[in-house]
Amino acid sequence: MTADQKNQLLRAACRVRMGVIEATHAAKSGHPGGSLSAADLFTYLYFRELNVDPNNPRWPDRDRFVLSKGHTAPGLYAALALRGFFPEEELKTLRQIGSRLQGHPNMDTTPGVDMSTGSLGQGISAAAGMALMAKYQKKSLRVYALLGDGEIQEGQPWEAFMFAHHYKLDNLCAVIDNNHLQIDGRVDQVMSPYPIPEKLRAFGWETVEIDGHDFDQMEAAFDQARRTKGAPCAIVASTVKGKGVSFMEDQASWHGKAPNDQEYETAMAELRARLAQLEGR
Amino acid sequence: MEESKKIATREGYGAALVELGAEHPDLVVFDADLAAATKTSMFRKAYPDRHFDCGIAEADMMGAAAGAAAMGMTPFVSSFAMFAAGRAFEQVRNSIGYPHLNVKIGATHGGLSVGEDGASHQCCEDFALMRTIPGMVVLCPSDEVEARAAVRAAYAHQGPVYLRFGRLPVPVIHQEGFPFEIGKGEVLMDGTDVAILATGLMTAEALEAGRRLRARGISPRVINLCTIKPLDEELVLSAARACGKVVTCEEHSVIGGLGEAVCALLSERCPTPVRRIGVNDQFGCSGPGGELLKKFGLSADHVEEVVLDFLNQ
Repeated sequence: MTADQKNQLLRAACRVRMGVIEATHAAKSGHPGGSLSAADLFTYLYFRELNVDPNNPRWPDRDRFVLSKGHTAPGLYAALALRGFFPEEELKTLRQIGSRLQGHPNMDTTPGVDMSTGSLGQGISAAAGMALMAKYQKKSLRVYALLGDGEIQEGQPWEAFMFAHHYKLDNLCAVIDNNHLQIDGRVDQVMSPYPIPEKLRAFGWETVEIDGHDFDQMEAAFDQARRTKGAPCAIVASTVKGKGVSFMEDQASWHGKAPNDQEYETAMAELRARLAQLEGR
Repeated sequence: MEESKKIATREGYGAALVELGAEHPDLVVFDADLAAATKTSMFRKAYPDRHFDCGIAEADMMGAAAGAAAMGMTPFVSSFAMFAAGRAFEQVRNSIGYPHLNVKIGATHGGLSVGEDGASHQCCEDFALMRTIPGMVVLCPSDEVEARAAVRAAYAHQGPVYLRFGRLPVPVIHQEGFPFEIGKGEVLMDGTDVAILATGLMTAEALEAGRRLRARGISPRVINLCTIKPLDEELVLSAARACGKVVTCEEHSVIGGLGEAVCALLSERCPTPVRRIGVNDQFGCSGPGGELLKKFGLSADHVEEVVLDFLNQ
């Protein structure tokens, strides 16, 4: 990746974060913490990895993306809007009556959303089913799923991990957003899912551990996932919940709380300054 | 009607899957380690590359089927009713129902007639659970012929369908090629004294009770309601208006099933006295399926008894 390409990603990620703040502030609810921890991952996926077409969101041969940690829909919506699936202005309708942007992803209403999710643990099963069918249909498309570290406390993802290995779904890539926090506190104190990579390897998955805010590491990891044959690949991304907004960083309290007017101004000022810096202004 | 032949509705499920598989390459089947019992093994034998065992993991199976439907396939997923509708309820609601995905849930071993396995496996709650999911079609065929017709109709229907099949061999009361339509009940015996509305294996029992009542000079109207949702409202309302008394019969809890669906309709549109025959808010127990049905009042004898008592009021 060239310096210019990386700068473009950094700028896009900054705008995705601004979208998250705009949307949750307007909605007066929603989940900024996990949207921000995954903002760089959303950005990389939609601007570099996924083979999708905003002008033809239901193109049958597109890559699929399933947001298994569905509560971080604001991050997904911000990335989709920036990528051109729908107007960025629409982000402000998040969670309002009549909006296409439901509190959790709804494939029936939102262009670019490939699976309805929100109940934790379910998306990865759907993603595995998609990957299995893509193989059956002899399509070369790939399927990506993003899970939370708290989410894998559910049992269903482990059923899905078993399934994906059993059916050798090397067209499936699961990304775990390991932001270390969940509603009740630190993940390891609430109910430790650790060690995540070792458990996934025991389930037969190829695993890669990366800094989930480092685009170079993402590039290497997604390349490795694409090269992996005969087994699914998991990217365990260590991240900071609330990343990019100083007062939200590493605070469990920002899991599911919207910024008030003052917090909104502070957050946006930080992000605008960051964007100006990246744009060399 | 020929009633000497007895065959389980799950056999019709397996046979219909094989027939449909030949016609429709988009049809795939998922099972959870019960293929021999659910009869999807018949499909597996015919189309091994389109049958996917998910192991004992029903929640994951529902999600995988949802993903398959999202890829344009038409998946049939199978397990016992207890695990398909019970264990995986929330997966069915959120991963299949909410996104309106084209998944067909073929649940076998519904009701008390599962028999010896006992209460843990006797699902008498599946109609109630599945009825609450918006857009879910709920079917419970009465015999093997209707089971095959229902599977075909489920395939042709766009959207999620829950089908309940039984383990116990039951009489065949339908002729091959009879007209079947989702949402349409059928009048098996016309009459004006009492309407007996039945579904699943209780239809044959209701029909037998109807014959006996006729022999007593009573005129019962016996209706088969394979489709529990959407209920054939006009047929039920016209029966209630014509007869003035309604009896419902189902191998399901009296809570939340056909009986309550009929009561809800009648109380709003045509208040009519109703008696509900079903499992009376209790768990089943181990025993031969046929004997359990008698013990719990799911028999022609009991239907006849209830109707006579009802008419004598």
